Amino acid sequence: MHPAQSSDIERAALKNYLLDHAYDEMFSGPGNLHSHCQQLLEHFASLPMEELQRRKQAADLSFLNQGITFAVYGRDEGTEKIFPYDLVPRIITAAEWETVEIGLTQRITALNLFLKDIYNEGRILADGIVPREMVYTCKHYRRQMAGLQVPRNVYVAVCGTDLIRLESGEFVVLEDNLRVPSGVSYMLTNRRVMKRIFPELFRNYNVRPIEQYTQILLGSLRSLAPEGRPEPNIVLLSPGVFNSAYFEHAYLARQMGIELVEGRDLVTHDNIVYMRTTNGLRRVDVIYRRVDDDFIDPLAFRGDSVLGVAGLFNAYRAGNVTLANAFGTGVADDKALYAYVPDIIKYYLSEDPVLNNVETYLPTRPKELQYVLQNLDKLVVKAVGESGGYGMLIGPQSTKAQREEFALKIEADPRNYIAQPTISFSRAPCLIGDELEPRHVDLRPYVLFGDKVTIVPGGLTRVALKQGSLVVNSSQGGGSKDTWVLSQ
Amino acid sequence: MLSRVADSLYWMSRYLERAEHTTRLLDVNLNLMLDETAASAERRWQRVLQALSKPKDVAWIGEPYSLTQALTFDTENKASILSCIIAARENARQVREQISTEQWHRLNSLYLQVTRPDTQIERRVEDFAKGTASPGDFLQSVMEAVHQFQGVTDSTMNHGEGWQFIQVGRYIERASATALLLEAYHADLWEHPERIGEGYEYLDWMGLLRSATAFEAYCKVYTADLTPKHIFEFLLLNEEFPHSVRFSIDSVGNALDKIQGDSGKSRAMSLQRLSGRLKASLSYSGVDEVLNQDVVSYLESIQAQCRAIHTNIYELYVDYSIQTALAG
Repeated sequence: MHPAQSSDIERAALKNYLLDHAYDEMFSGPGNLHSHCQQLLEHFASLPMEELQRRKQAADLSFLNQGITFAVYGRDEGTEKIFPYDLVPRIITAAEWETVEIGLTQRITALNLFLKDIYNEGRILADGIVPREMVYTCKHYRRQMAGLQVPRNVYVAVCGTDLIRLESGEFVVLEDNLRVPSGVSYMLTNRRVMKRIFPELFRNYNVRPIEQYTQILLGSLRSLAPEGRPEPNIVLLSPGVFNSAYFEHAYLARQMGIELVEGRDLVTHDNIVYMRTTNGLRRVDVIYRRVDDDFIDPLAFRGDSVLGVAGLFNAYRAGNVTLANAFGTGVADDKALYAYVPDIIKYYLSEDPVLNNVETYLPTRPKELQYVLQNLDKLVVKAVGESGGYGMLIGPQSTKAQREEFALKIEADPRNYIAQPTISFSRAPCLIGDELEPRHVDLRPYVLFGDKVTIVPGGLTRVALKQGSLVVNSSQGGGSKDTWVLSQ
Repeated sequence: MLSRVADSLYWMSRYLERAEHTTRLLDVNLNLMLDETAASAERRWQRVLQALSKPKDVAWIGEPYSLTQALTFDTENKASILSCIIAARENARQVREQISTEQWHRLNSLYLQVTRPDTQIERRVEDFAKGTASPGDFLQSVMEAVHQFQGVTDSTMNHGEGWQFIQVGRYIERASATALLLEAYHADLWEHPERIGEGYEYLDWMGLLRSATAFEAYCKVYTADLTPKHIFEFLLLNEEFPHSVRFSIDSVGNALDKIQGDSGKSRAMSLQRLSGRLKASLSYSGVDEVLNQDVVSYLESIQAQCRAIHTNIYELYVDYSIQTALAG
């Protein structure tokens, strides 16, 4: 570890800033700033600490007053918390972004083709590129979708892909979120708050705008409307006010000017979906749904769901309503299937992946199982069916008992686990107490797919605010920061 | 507009109106209490309870501050000011995308202010009694916040269907509450003038007017000459005063007409009949006519008609059956 400061002015603010082998978003080496961070650091170092704290409080208060909060499950009290916000923006250069943009476009295109294929002809399965059992044992595979045509063949209209940076600085894909990815409202509100509290800094950087996101999303949804519905009625389906992402649902609906509906607002009759209005029933054409497959129609999926709409799936099958995302997209973001994505890209597009995967071991392959069991202390093990940072073993930080417990679980159900090397992903400066300190960050850009693929230049940078922690999820003490993509 | 949204806006508005009414009633009576003898305290606070429709599990135990505590801060009591604010904010949260950001900020700030843990310390009955803390400041700030919310609502929200449902909620609550307030005073004071202590007439009747923010407005019409008949006329039948029963029912009727116009209902007949009849009876009655009948049952009938209007609104706009909707 080396202290990072390069000049006197920075020394004061950076006395706890120690570099290690992880890639650093601000320093290329001891005393060497990435050139695009020069101004940022100078600006932060020039402000007195009281002033920074004052701005931080202003930002926190603004989140609280706007009700930008999320609910944490499994707790009785304090159900609403603000998502911790870090003042120091994370900067991505134009060249870095170009690679990300090309890579994500390629990836979503291939995954869409994959979904169309497995729910129709199944060529990739017949050709043995992806094992059949890998698809059919996935709990997000929906046999109800087999043979069903979806508008424009778009299964995934909205995708949030989690990227991390390796020690070399290369962006790699950690996870695809193809079901109901969330967090985009934080991307948008972080920017709004940032512009308000650091206008002078913002003006000096050429940051590409992201505010057009909701308009592009609306356009994508409109382009997916069933045929013969030129003025489609588009709604956002939310599980309701108790869902952890409710703020986001309300925010997006308001920004797009569409109705926010819950399952109880919708009824189906003769395979047509209606919403209950004060003026009687009104037909619904496109549903941007933020409810999981399992809960969306008690007749087709889980019968005990009270969040869904009885008969919705039949209306969907009949082609009278579009759902974005389609049902059954979760099969393509299965953590085990992830290992096959590079092959999937090559199979459909005859191209090499622009963004690589993290090396992944599948215990379903006997050789890899053996390797995983022998190296549990070095690997990160993830349960395939879990998300949000739950059900994970981080080898180097685990106890012997935890490793033994996971070894038993993996042997009992190898399909349900994957293992990856422990990657010390990149770190960015954060204001911790009165000091700038490095913390691990990831990046989730949002990919929209309607008549074409669009990626708004930016994303949600999530921060593991606990020192040394690699878990960025909000439910596990993560925070976020504004992400600036530079235009030059 | 979604039926669920109309439902939430309506209740958000009703709960805030209820919070404001309770707040003012307490504020006025805590103030007047300072001028009176201990013997009349019981009657005063029983009357307050009566005017609040006798909330469940809240009883007069001889201590005004503990009653204030229960009616203000006790979240077990669903009619307390705090409970009403929480419920209003919860309704607003469910239609967050339908109301303006300014509205949400105002209401959410009120919620955060009244639920902040450190304000709990300022709410001990002992401190109220000793005078080291005053419920008055709290009550004042709630009233101000609710007024601000109404102003922000009027100036930042489309005056479309949603806004009309907010009006319906506010005024239907206000009409019933004012009718109930009149009923409580009528039963207690007017029918028993002997109960009013020598020299206290003025204070008691002023208390009634101030409970409906009507004191100054009344004086402009009738001067400071407080006579029960005029007070009754003013609070029941005045066309221009926003807290009178007539004004409230007129406002309910206007908002319902707008809603019906917006959504082009032909099946609103029975609702129209109900609100029109109540409106007409208040518009074309004289105060002597009202006072010549059984006043208490007259006031109760107004409240019953408000309930019927509420039920009809629900059957028509919110809780209708799918079969009728598809057939229509």
